[in-house]
Amino acid sequence: MAEFSLPKNSKIQPGRHYPAKDAKKPRTFRIYRWSPDDGQNPRMDTYEVDLAACGPMVLDALLKIKNEIDPTLTLRRSCREGICGSCAMNIDGTNTLACTRAISECASGDVKIYPLPHMPVVKDLVPDLTHFYAQFASIKPWIRTQSPAPDRERLQSPEERKKLDGLYECILCACCSTSCPSYWWNGDKYLGPAILLQAYRWIVDSRDEATGARLDDLEDPFKLYRCHTIMNCTRTCPKGLNPAKAIAEIKKLMVERRSA
Amino acid sequence: MSAKDIVVKDRRNPLKIARGLGSSQSGVGHWWSQRVTAAALVLLGVWFVITVLCLLHADYATARAAVAKPWNALLLIAFALTMFWHAVLGLQVVIEDYVHTRWKEVVLLVAIKFLAVLGALASALAVLRIALTP
Repeated sequence: MAEFSLPKNSKIQPGRHYPAKDAKKPRTFRIYRWSPDDGQNPRMDTYEVDLAACGPMVLDALLKIKNEIDPTLTLRRSCREGICGSCAMNIDGTNTLACTRAISECASGDVKIYPLPHMPVVKDLVPDLTHFYAQFASIKPWIRTQSPAPDRERLQSPEERKKLDGLYECILCACCSTSCPSYWWNGDKYLGPAILLQAYRWIVDSRDEATGARLDDLEDPFKLYRCHTIMNCTRTCPKGLNPAKAIAEIKKLMVERRSA
Repeated sequence: MSAKDIVVKDRRNPLKIARGLGSSQSGVGHWWSQRVTAAALVLLGVWFVITVLCLLHADYATARAAVAKPWNALLLIAFALTMFWHAVLGLQVVIEDYVHTRWKEVVLLVAIKFLAVLGALASALAVLRIALTP
């Protein structure tokens, strides 16, 4: 059966408390901690941060904690402006980017921060996305053509280009895939919303000539049809994209090329 | 245990794992059948509810005579067959989602198909016995 409860060594224990001294605007952050090196169960550490001396975003608070309170806190971040996807994590119950999520937008009370759900954890807030990236590579995310390459750019009409809007913006942060229960239970075979959105981005690209082969590769009860239109992907996408719709469009094309 | 004691059993590359056995080239038939049977069940379901409501407070002979009417018998059999077909498609999805031990999955998938065929045949036989008995 799918595993619905955490194994014994994954049960979260209470952690350490780091109180703020003389804070003008204190806010409490509860953060998931786990290290592969100490043989301990994961724990929730509590940090009090003075928002009067902190930037507005959750990433600002995390970096302030790492720089000033606890340098052992481990997280990924790079661009700090929502374009690299590195700082994807579960904040206040929702998968999102720490850099574009304002602390003031989080529900009142403690701000709870976990790594992306149902992924192997490398350390603290860093999930292992190896399989996710391999699934991305498996859909051959590049243009595939048979016609000889032209001497200049491959032209697209404005209408054809418009079909890529809402798809090309995906930054592969994995917020959507790791919010999807189907991806939790069957992520070994199900490609998940992010990869299927990327697959659709190449299926609708007017310049790509491998449309049929791409559909062939997806026509599978597990790779594609584990999507049950739960819509968590669309609700959680920090870029405001709609992976559920992209998947629905793929399913429509699957029907279009066969007899009813 | 030191690092060199760990025997890595799986030396496959991540892409080899992600690709797995490739696409089975199926699934669209299941998806389309599920939707077509759902649409059919909307119509047949409405007809079935109306038919049953019309038989409220009727005695056994009246109900039996209603079932024996050719159109009613035909639609009743169609309703039962579609319902079992749709149910088996839906149960298949649930089993594929949650049962991850391969032999249990195969046994269950085959078992629900056998049960559905038996149920559909039994329903059809029941209606036919009433419809064809003079």
